[in-house]
Amino acid sequence: MSATAPRKDLAPPSAFLGYDPAPESRDVLRLRDSYGLFIDGEFVDGHGTPFTTISPASEERIAQIASADERDVDLAVAAARRAYERVWSKMSGGDRGKYLFRIARLIQERARELAVAESLDNGKPIKESRDVDVPLVAAWFFYYAGWADKLDYAGLGASPRSLGVAGQVIPWNFPLLMLAWKVAPALAAGNTVVLKPAETTPLTALLFAEIVQQAGLPAGVVNIITGAGATGAALVRHEDVDKIAFTGSTAVGRDIARAVAGTRKRVTLELGGKAANIVFDDAPIDQAIEGIVNGIFFNQGHVCCAGSRLLVQESVHDEVVERLKSRLTTLRLGDPLDKNTDIGAINSSEQLERIRRLSEIGEQEGAQRWSAPCELPAQGFWFAPTIFMGVTTSSTIAREEIFGPVLSVLTFRTPAEAIAKANNTPYGLSAGVWSDKGSKILAVADKLRAGVIWANTFNRFDPASPFGGYKESGYGREGGRHGLAAYLRGPEPIAALGRGKQGRGAK
Amino acid sequence: MSRLAVPKTYKLYIGGAFPRSESGRSYEVTSAKGRFLANAAWASRKDLRDAVVAARGAQSGWAGATAYNRGQVLYRVAEVLEGRSAQFAAEIAASEGVSLQAAEREVAAAIDTWVWYAGWADKFVQVAGSGNPVAGPYFNLSVPEPTGVVGVVAPQEEPGGSLLGLVAAIAPVLVSGNTVVVVADSARPLSAISLAEVLATSDLPGGVVNVLTGRPAELAPWLASHADVNALDLVGAGGIDWVALEASAADTLKRVLRPEPGIPALGLERIIAFTETKTVWHTKSLA
Repeated sequence: MSATAPRKDLAPPSAFLGYDPAPESRDVLRLRDSYGLFIDGEFVDGHGTPFTTISPASEERIAQIASADERDVDLAVAAARRAYERVWSKMSGGDRGKYLFRIARLIQERARELAVAESLDNGKPIKESRDVDVPLVAAWFFYYAGWADKLDYAGLGASPRSLGVAGQVIPWNFPLLMLAWKVAPALAAGNTVVLKPAETTPLTALLFAEIVQQAGLPAGVVNIITGAGATGAALVRHEDVDKIAFTGSTAVGRDIARAVAGTRKRVTLELGGKAANIVFDDAPIDQAIEGIVNGIFFNQGHVCCAGSRLLVQESVHDEVVERLKSRLTTLRLGDPLDKNTDIGAINSSEQLERIRRLSEIGEQEGAQRWSAPCELPAQGFWFAPTIFMGVTTSSTIAREEIFGPVLSVLTFRTPAEAIAKANNTPYGLSAGVWSDKGSKILAVADKLRAGVIWANTFNRFDPASPFGGYKESGYGREGGRHGLAAYLRGPEPIAALGRGKQGRGAK
Repeated sequence: MSRLAVPKTYKLYIGGAFPRSESGRSYEVTSAKGRFLANAAWASRKDLRDAVVAARGAQSGWAGATAYNRGQVLYRVAEVLEGRSAQFAAEIAASEGVSLQAAEREVAAAIDTWVWYAGWADKFVQVAGSGNPVAGPYFNLSVPEPTGVVGVVAPQEEPGGSLLGLVAAIAPVLVSGNTVVVVADSARPLSAISLAEVLATSDLPGGVVNVLTGRPAELAPWLASHADVNALDLVGAGGIDWVALEASAADTLKRVLRPEPGIPALGLERIIAFTETKTVWHTKSLA
């Protein structure tokens, strides 16, 4: 570069607004006009009333989707049971693993198509579906594929057993990634699955069903049933399901925990959050600003572990807020398929309504609202990146999960105050800590009651890294050896001390 | 020349003290053959709530003690119990209606159970945690931490279990740094209160274990619905409406271990059941 060449990185923010459209091509998609339920290896009609899945960015119809009623749930669970008894539980771990490796490769091969479909159906920016969601999906299958023939090392003792049929219900914020989190460990451990994707985002799960066919997976090992909440409720309550795995709201998580009371079912729940993102005055501020933005505006804030409460040390509050506003001004909101888009569409009109309502409450309760100056498209569901200053721990927007691009800013003076405020929530899914002082970070991380702590980073995910909450954010872990163990049971203990034969490990 | 014995008043154990039930209630404890042994305190909802407050107050201190320290404190329980074996054996023989030899075996098993779990305090994190090879420049470590305050319904009227059942239920919960509110064996509560006396003299901070005697069917619902209880061990709740307890616990998303017959076997699983895995990511950089 010559000394006189213009430095693009020093260009004013307005230059960003001049970008030409750069939409990803939709030609890669080979969508059907309508999709059935995927049961026992085949697409079949559902008994419920079909519904339409739309693009939240344009409200245009994508495809018609079948709806599973209780009869269909029965059929899917029966198919999964047959496949479990006759095929999958008898197959060697090595062969199960090979099927999962095949799936991982097929996902990589169809990565672009899956990313476009995900952005179309969910509204998330293509750069996220392309660079985060889909690569992680492939990684998840690849990671758990290798576990399938190594279950003796999962930490449960020799020859742990699979559970049977897993009923899995997933949310709309990371449709295909949540599918991978559920399906990959379940199959590796030797279970078969019936999975229900979210009503508003069924598309990539149905493309995944095609991948299952391409992989030659035995019929019934993976069954995908689409529908609304009633379909999920029927699956969760089905008597022949051995394990429930749910990701979604804390309210539904409570219903599920109540529904399984008194049964033999095992449950893992990954529920809501209200994460604190703590910025100390000795933090690397440039990185922290990027981390705050990534923490709450990644995926339009539709993230259970989103850093929705910014706790900033009082002495740097003004600087952080000013730089945050400046950074948010450069974010590009619009077409999710545009490669330059930072903020996509809100997933549904219902969710948009919730975000608007909670934001109005935030204003009514006296917090100062600031929204990034950006033009919202006329069609579709949109909400500008928004921050609230002067929020207190008792504010509604500091307590309730908004699940949208809305950040509440609170302040603190001492580490003890930061810890107390961070933990002052019934949730406990995640938290962030920003400081250049390692010992302070570790001491604070020790005291935070949350399942995932990001230090000088935020919203990182990896199949090797366990993820899940404390308190009312649910229980159980997904990812890593811990996520595998959630689909296994160890050998039965034998007896207590002094009761004849000794308990395991007692000698 | 015979001497007139001095019988003990059996009370509750809450926050390191031995109060009577605030309700003023007590109930008669008899031997297996129906002979009067003592009056035990009949704990109320208010006693239970006091116990939860004590357990919450003690939790961060107990969890914050070093693993080595927690291990030594739990081992000390075994030491003190060993020295009082004869008293426990006599109490068990009387209330369970078993031979002195059988009672001595139960006490020995209870002591050995404390020793087994004490040794886990500075090891279970290594066994249950993990260093995670994530695809990026991050240090990434998962460690189990205590869940918080755990409510326990101890095994009820299990043969040979009035002491051993209680110990096998609460010792694993304590290992990681949880604190406990336990509803003791209702019909045979004496060794539970005597164990509380051992705990009170074993360097275990007050409030770490709180022992209630009374009616599980009356107390457990308040434990299940209490918003400041993080988890429930219903091991001894098989004889009461435990399904309602599990359903009630769902309101606050408590972790629940369902009832099981008999006395729980030694197991790392019972330690891990009352832990939460925390995963910490930290950037790596030379800059």
